[in-house]
Amino acid sequence: MTLPDTAPTPLRAPVTLTMAAALNAAIQDAMRNDPTVVLFGEDVGPLGGVFRVTDGLYAEFGESRVSDSPLAESGIVGTAIGMAMYGLRPVVEMQFDAFSYPAFEQIVSHVAKMRNRTRGRIQLPLVIRIPYAGDIGGVEHHSDSSEAYWTATPGLTVVSPSNPADAYSMLREAIACDDPVIFLEPKSRYWAKAELSLPVRTAPMTTAVVLREGTDVTLIAYGPTVKTALATAELAVAEGLSIEVIDLRSLSPFDDETVGASLRKTSRAAVLHEAAQFGGYGAEVAARLTERNFYHLAAPILRITGFDIPYPSPKLEQYFLPTPDRILTALGTWEWN
Amino acid sequence: MPHHCDMSLNVESLVESPLAAPRPLRLIDDTGRAAPLDEAGGFALPDPATLLNLYRRMVVARRFDVQVTALTRQGRLATYPSALGQEACEIAAVAALGAEDWLFPTYRDSIALLTRGVPPEHILASFRGDWHSGYDQNAHRIAPQATPLATQALHAVGLATASKLKRERTVALTLLGDGATSEGDAHEAFNFAAVWQAPVVFVVQNNQYAISVPLDKQMRCRTIADKAIGYGMPGYFVDGNDVAAMYAVTSSAVENARAGHGPTLIEGLTYRMEAHTNSDDPSRYRDPGDLEIWRRRDPITRLDTYLCEIGALSDAERADIRAEAEDLAADTRECMTRSAPVDPLELFDHVYSTPRAALAEQRAFLAAELDEHAEHAEHAEHAVAASVAAHSGVNS
Ligand SMILES: Cc1ncc(C[n+]2csc(CCOP(=O)(O)OP(=O)(O)O)c2C)c(N)n1
Ligand SMILES: [Mg+2]
Repeated sequence: MTLPDTAPTPLRAPVTLTMAAALNAAIQDAMRNDPTVVLFGEDVGPLGGVFRVTDGLYAEFGESRVSDSPLAESGIVGTAIGMAMYGLRPVVEMQFDAFSYPAFEQIVSHVAKMRNRTRGRIQLPLVIRIPYAGDIGGVEHHSDSSEAYWTATPGLTVVSPSNPADAYSMLREAIACDDPVIFLEPKSRYWAKAELSLPVRTAPMTTAVVLREGTDVTLIAYGPTVKTALATAELAVAEGLSIEVIDLRSLSPFDDETVGASLRKTSRAAVLHEAAQFGGYGAEVAARLTERNFYHLAAPILRITGFDIPYPSPKLEQYFLPTPDRILTALGTWEWN
Repeated sequence: MPHHCDMSLNVESLVESPLAAPRPLRLIDDTGRAAPLDEAGGFALPDPATLLNLYRRMVVARRFDVQVTALTRQGRLATYPSALGQEACEIAAVAALGAEDWLFPTYRDSIALLTRGVPPEHILASFRGDWHSGYDQNAHRIAPQATPLATQALHAVGLATASKLKRERTVALTLLGDGATSEGDAHEAFNFAAVWQAPVVFVVQNNQYAISVPLDKQMRCRTIADKAIGYGMPGYFVDGNDVAAMYAVTSSAVENARAGHGPTLIEGLTYRMEAHTNSDDPSRYRDPGDLEIWRRRDPITRLDTYLCEIGALSDAERADIRAEAEDLAADTRECMTRSAPVDPLELFDHVYSTPRAALAEQRAFLAAELDEHAEHAEHAEHAVAASVAAHSGVNS
């Protein structure tokens, strides 16, 4: 799939970029290539966003394309819908996960349903960027993992990059996409660095990738927990356990093919997320993998997740978040023979 | 003021209340002199004893705020949204309330909590990351500090309405920021309050910024107080750095609410002297010259001058108040050194009124994990002790 850019973005020399900077470059390149891309939200203008993801864009593109909106998330998403109906490609920001909730009705009742309600006559090419998840010592309402609300909503495409290269590539693709995309940015990975030659193109946004090959277990992660999964796989080597790590990248749609192939190879899988377990995204992963691969399974699919409690205060979040230790313990509960 | 545009509103008011004045209502001007009568909006200066009390509370609150900001810079708190410069709004709001009333504050309003008697340690519990809300909300009649903007305003309306339905005298007062008035919840709260004639007071601290966003990006009308007219309640545009005016207007609103005359919206025009929080960099969006202008309008200096002028504040009294503030700062520093271990197992305790088996299971899982870690740590300690013993044997 190629990007429908009006002009190709010239290849630049490799530079070290954080994920925040890669996201910034993706928006910048998309705006340079496509005059219909507009950006608005809270503090995204002169300040450049509280995580500096939109740094410098106001200076380059001006008030008409980059603006600080009134402080109202329902208003931000609702007006983005109107803009998208009228030929623009809005990229809007919810400042933090939990502050997307005032926009819930607009997202669930309109963003997700517009194409279907109008029998495809109206499409909404818009991107809702949401910094999400914890592990940054954030005070309350700053660390929610709300992905299951979005993935439970038919009509939404929900993706989450875990590294700078994907961040750039997936955000370009999300902006170019004719459907609305919930773009979940793991806050704890904003400062992760990589050397990149932009514009970098990684696997298609809606596919999963195998980040590390292994033979004994398929460990399925996305966003903030990919790093934890990789660290676990490294530690497991000493225990003689070979873990295959999958970065889902796309939560909806789910890449049955890539994940299923891995599972049929290893015959064991565990899914990892920060969000609470009950009714969480892992439940969907475990259920559909089991339905489709039951006779290949040597053990039940495990969910290794946050506890079923509200996200804790900074001093207690270490007890909440799944650690490599906890993951290895969980894998140890399977019968291995 | 950045939000004053040329457009003038010709709003006919149905309620018997003055339209918000284009100039803020005030009783004591920037220089510490009694303001001319035509600026006072019919309100009288509080008596000297009341003013002295407000002065003392502002001085103490500021010392606390400065101390906590310093602790945050040292990395000892996760975050702290300072109210430096906004003491007049914060302290007047609390002083206007009776013991039976309820306060619905935001993250910005820690000094309001302090003024209502919450110990520093309990205020700081949330900011240093112990628990989300660290004080006894029922004992102090203060709701948890709200971070999701404007949401608490509806809670205040609901509580006030419950008080009315129960024929009680309790009034609710909620603090809001200028930016928060753009949220749908703020408008719903204003409307519910007016329709239900709820005994509630909205105090909007217009510190002119919502993080980096100036007020003229939030609204096009003259003042936030003007909006009250559209909902059918009185609105007052007040000099938010004049504690005398803020106190006079807020107490009268509280008493009106208590007497069954419904809600009031009060806008205190002030300025956020510090960054939004410690992780913010205001040099990216604010002219540092503004700080100078607002320093000259300082709420404490102004009242100090006025009280000295009328002979209500002696050097000895001022020294006394400063000493009280220093004591509180020392207490605040001291409470940070006291370790406040939070039991991680408490995480499972307050999720439901009826215990759930699934949570009990997860609690047991964490308990086992903690035990195992403790054992490991102990083993490691033994190993270190043994090796130290071995080495010291060699050395002696
Ligand atoms: C619903 C919601 N959206 C966004 C935020 C993030 N946020 C926290 S404070 C703030 C600015 C609030 O400005 P204002 O209401 O003027 O209060 P101030 O901080 O100036 O006291 C923003 C955008 C939030 N807390 N809640
Ligand atoms: Mg403000």
